[in-house]
Amino acid sequence: MTFDRRLGGGPVAKLIEEFHKLPGIGPKTAQRLAYHMIRTQSEDAQALADAILSVKERIVFCRECFNIAESELCAVCNDPRRDATRLCIVEEPLDVQALERTNTYRGLYHVLHGVISPMNGVGPDDLKIKPLLGRVHANGIREVILATNPNVEGEATSMYIHGLLEPLGVKLTRPARGLPVGSDLEYADEVTLGRAIEGRQEF
Amino acid sequence: MSRPRVYKTQAIVIRQMPLGEADRIVTFLTPAAGKVRAVARGVRRPKSKLAGHLELLTRVRVSIAEGRTLDHLSEAVALDSHRPIREDLERLAAAMYLAELADVFCVEESPANAAFNLLTQSLERLETAGTAEPLLRHFELRLLSDSGFQPELFSCVGCREELLPGDHLLSCVDGGVFCPNCRAGATESLLPLSLGAMKVLRFLQRESVDKAMLLNVPSATWNDVERVLRTYVRHVAERELRTADFMALVSSGRP
Repeated sequence: MTFDRRLGGGPVAKLIEEFHKLPGIGPKTAQRLAYHMIRTQSEDAQALADAILSVKERIVFCRECFNIAESELCAVCNDPRRDATRLCIVEEPLDVQALERTNTYRGLYHVLHGVISPMNGVGPDDLKIKPLLGRVHANGIREVILATNPNVEGEATSMYIHGLLEPLGVKLTRPARGLPVGSDLEYADEVTLGRAIEGRQEF
Repeated sequence: MSRPRVYKTQAIVIRQMPLGEADRIVTFLTPAAGKVRAVARGVRRPKSKLAGHLELLTRVRVSIAEGRTLDHLSEAVALDSHRPIREDLERLAAAMYLAELADVFCVEESPANAAFNLLTQSLERLETAGTAEPLLRHFELRLLSDSGFQPELFSCVGCREELLPGDHLLSCVDGGVFCPNCRAGATESLLPLSLGAMKVLRFLQRESVDKAMLLNVPSATWNDVERVLRTYVRHVAERELRTADFMALVSSGRP
């Protein structure tokens, strides 16, 4: 879609184009946001620009668990009060946030950054699975919770990782199936998710 | 403004991709409408009632409303979720392979009755199959045939003479087997095709999946058949099949 230069010149069109690239932002919303930026105070525009750049400069992925972090280790991995013998495997950093909101789980995490979906071109090598094996092998992990989403690709990922970890003798568990099948962990409410983690069973 | 046409059909979910915040684009294989892609609104939300019915490999009954750019799903009821496949990694990897083949070979707006029945039957058999090999080879060959890419296994593609028993050479580009006299005329490198493999391919071309699964054939012959079909499929598809890599990874043991 081409943006009309008559709508305010080069910079406006460029801004609309940039907003339009963001997920979930359609052409009308992009236009509204761009015009909002024109009307807003300079300091607010600067603050937004600074916040965006700051995220790109300062936010990294935790070297242990690949969660979002501000330094080498994320807040969870850095916390000595966490139970370092338990590892909860999830698909995305947002799943970590969802589980943390339950205030039920006190162990560590491992973020795969995706799920096995060969038809969409995602294989095991495209995920953070090899580092996971290294962690379980070396760090005295006693239990691994396979908390991928309860849909076909999530289950395929769990089964695959289960096969890799089984020979290591670690206890393998999975959240209770109180969650609706086909849903995303990230959107489940705190009570459901909390109970699901408490009611985990041998896998 | 005219209302969109709504139609009901049986379908098998062969692919899914997330769209936006809460939607998915679901690719279905249907008998009459062939391959259909439709937006399923809100299925990634926890309260979604449709989500469980639209899992990969599920056979469903759906209502689809035609849209200007994309079709929309209005209803879906699962008929068969193939749970035994979903709970076994090797069966699941094989089923994903079948689904990717269907996605590659079937086309939008072109009826796919044969392919739909083939996929339905194959998924049902896969739930309990001891080995997947005969089923997969049968599926590959039948899908090639249904899509117009049947390799010629009875007559030489050069001189049209009937092929005599023996080891032969198959050409992907020429779509069949060359007799010893015509080999020099082949346009590119040829695949060795043993007599045993040729017999199996001829059998699979005409028999049902159930008969295919009863075949008693040495594993060396299955390896030949697999190699030939893998190359042929790769040539026709013009791309790698990622599900084939995953299937190999899963059945090889562990990396």
